[in-house]
Amino acid sequence: MTERIGVYVCHCGSNIAGVVDVAEVARWAAENLRDRGVVIARDYKFMCSSAGQQLVTDDIKEYDLNRIVVAACSPHLHERTFRTATARGGLNPYLCELVSIREQDSWVHTNKAAATAKAKALLAGGVERVRRNEPMEPIKVDINPATLVVGGGIAGISATLEIADAGFKVYLVEKDPSIGGHMAQFDKTFPTLDCAACILTPRMVAAGTHPNVELLTWSEVEKVEGYVGNFTVTVRKKARYVNEDLCNGCGVCQEKCPWKVPDDVFEVGMGRRKAIYTPFDQAVPRIPVIDRPNCAYFKNGTCKACEKFCDANAIDFTQEDQILTLQVGNIIIATGYDLFDARRIPQYGYGRLPNVFTSLEFERLCSAAGPTNGNIVLRDGKTAPKTIGIVHCVGSRDKNYNAYCSAICCMQSLKFAHLVMERTGAEVTNFYIDIRTPGKGYEEFYERVLEEGGHFVRGKVADITDAARLPGEEGKLIVQVEDTLTGKQRRIPLDMVVLSAGLQPRQNAKDAAKLFGISCSFDGWAIEKHPKLDPVATMTEGVFVAGCVSGPKDIPASVAQGAAAAARVLGMIQQKQMNLEPIKATVHAEHCSGCRICNTMCPYNAISFIEAEGVSSVNAAMCQGCGTCVAACPAGAISGSGFSDEQVLAQIEGLLRLGADGEPLRRTAYPATHHEAIEEAVRA
Amino acid sequence: MSAQAPVAPASTEGATPAASPAEGGLFEPVIIGFTCNWCSYRAADLAGTARTKYPPNIRLIRLMCSGRLDPTFILKAFSEGADAVLVSGCHPGECHYIEQNYKALRRFQLLQRTIQALGIEPERLQLVWASAAEGVRLAGEIARVTEEVRALGPLNWPAARLVDVDGVDLDAAWEATGGDAAGPPEKAGGANPDHAHGNHAAVVEAVK
Repeated sequence: MTERIGVYVCHCGSNIAGVVDVAEVARWAAENLRDRGVVIARDYKFMCSSAGQQLVTDDIKEYDLNRIVVAACSPHLHERTFRTATARGGLNPYLCELVSIREQDSWVHTNKAAATAKAKALLAGGVERVRRNEPMEPIKVDINPATLVVGGGIAGISATLEIADAGFKVYLVEKDPSIGGHMAQFDKTFPTLDCAACILTPRMVAAGTHPNVELLTWSEVEKVEGYVGNFTVTVRKKARYVNEDLCNGCGVCQEKCPWKVPDDVFEVGMGRRKAIYTPFDQAVPRIPVIDRPNCAYFKNGTCKACEKFCDANAIDFTQEDQILTLQVGNIIIATGYDLFDARRIPQYGYGRLPNVFTSLEFERLCSAAGPTNGNIVLRDGKTAPKTIGIVHCVGSRDKNYNAYCSAICCMQSLKFAHLVMERTGAEVTNFYIDIRTPGKGYEEFYERVLEEGGHFVRGKVADITDAARLPGEEGKLIVQVEDTLTGKQRRIPLDMVVLSAGLQPRQNAKDAAKLFGISCSFDGWAIEKHPKLDPVATMTEGVFVAGCVSGPKDIPASVAQGAAAAARVLGMIQQKQMNLEPIKATVHAEHCSGCRICNTMCPYNAISFIEAEGVSSVNAAMCQGCGTCVAACPAGAISGSGFSDEQVLAQIEGLLRLGADGEPLRRTAYPATHHEAIEEAVRA
Repeated sequence: MSAQAPVAPASTEGATPAASPAEGGLFEPVIIGFTCNWCSYRAADLAGTARTKYPPNIRLIRLMCSGRLDPTFILKAFSEGADAVLVSGCHPGECHYIEQNYKALRRFQLLQRTIQALGIEPERLQLVWASAAEGVRLAGEIARVTEEVRALGPLNWPAARLVDVDGVDLDAAWEATGGDAAGPPEKAGGANPDHAHGNHAAVVEAVK
């Protein structure tokens, strides 16, 4: 086929035309790229306008064009626009190529001559590339309407309920014995001071009893295979030693179990639970779990108190882990966060000084269902503190630990300050760097705490010690801080200090990212497809994120993300089928030697080896189109559509057609005859 | 491919090819940059949106991932007349395809050795990680690389710097010398002919 190429150079108002001589670029292309197939080259004020697009559509018919190059803005902005216009003209949309002469030229260069020369070179690259473009068709795949939600915190619950209410099946997998997540541990929520349990538990129950929801608590995802629309997920359902079908959740077993152990998870070490337990009273499901390492029967072979008292005969010491295989079309990851370990800042004394608490411990202290029934007392369990300090930004906004802002700690600290003053009348001092209250009603809440008489000291706490030096410090915790508003060093004696610890990615975040085939930042937060415009999608089609897994968020944001992810999934389900970008790798079996180098290269396990034929094969739906295998294949047997060797090599030739001065580049290319002559000479 | 207005091949002996004498004689290198669709190309977009200025010597190619970077592409760029090649991708650990940029890193390190064996200074092949948020950083790195390459001067391939893009005249000259293995002496520019051909064969091999 002879290439008949239409070239369009956009002015973008004065955005491009102000620096690049667009008319000259079009003239040059028409004149000098004629032998490269350019039939018509135009410049136009706004190519993306309907009139501009019409130019393309009309020219295709009038000049019988079979390739289009638009030199305008970034392909990330208008590639789709011009591909659509190309398709309207009756051409395959992938025969259109966009050349960025705005973001990569007119906006970043000032020398008009050099920018015009560069625009010509970029255009020549686009022309050479488009000559090698192949017509492509989007790949269609069916969407399984079932969805997997990983993580039963508030984000995961929100996503689950949205999808289930729309009438589709959801598997909700939670690693703990109950859903609820961190929110279940909180006492009140800022800034409205709703009781966390009161607003959360109805949603937990709704998720737990929904006919479309299959709750898999005390379970973990072990393997994810497949691709968008067709994932096969392997889940390990850990042995509860309680038959879920028989148990009625009466709780007698927990009452009768004689073994109490510290509860390091839900009560963060502040309370105790039995060896058979549900994490908290409102747990969903209400089916307990036997803590095997602490159960007397499993340790010594005697006891079985729970079994004796269970009227439903639900206790089953012989239960084993179950491996479930789920078929789902989409996955929402809502695995949340870990609290920053305050022990990492030794000068704050957490773990050494008994009356230094973490924020999560303090939540449990405040909670009416907590270990102290909501009494704010010192670690001895009885003394009410008269003075409390709250240290902000512990482990956050600190290059030694986490450089980012954890987003929720300011409001959480203000909430603590309010609760302390309301319930105990104790004096509260906040130690802050900056107060950040960017939410609806947040600033008003800050004002309220100020009016209630909370003290605020602006400065990063240097040290918390029990070494009294001055009168009045004996028996107290002394906070050493520079008050940056007065410019003075201060020693403030307090009865109790609460460390507002930051949020950080789950300890296993990177392994989890690998498991689901998504990427995460250096810190470990999941990376969204686009931080602003696509915040719940990931680079892996069919895998979405919601809540703190992609960064610190408060409850409203997590709920919104859960619902947003659900909306994205519902959109996929509703389509029943979806189009995948045809940027894929293909193995040409006749060139494949079966060396299997590409098999291990693929991050998505999309390449498998067909033993019978002795060649590798790419699963087009699993392939994400990165092209690593294409580059790695020693036989050149893999081609990458959309970014083929031919396209890139041709683009390189085109880009290097002109030198920096806009004159033809004198280069080191040897003509083929020359090669042969040299090789022959060398052989001889 | 063919070009128009071929530059006289033999008359510019000793002059710097691809220089920009029109603007005061400063050598203006041509640099090919390979970027990935998700981080570094977006960084370049961001540099544009923020109107961050950098020298116009670089010409970017978009790949889906730095892992797509076939070493052939780099050698092709050098053989087509680029004075330097910049490879750019997502930061380690932030690859949108999980970890393919590590593969780019491996290839980059091997290629750095390869090009030195071919007689190309290692500074002519540079690697810069840039996240989608690092437009300013990428612009700064492009400026730095441009200055470094400007200081190095044009990439002078032995015996090759006099070859015109079409090579038509050269072919004639070649025939005139009778295909002597030492090459057309008036075009060798004083370079060791054996060396030149050794390099050439290696490039031919590598590009294949």
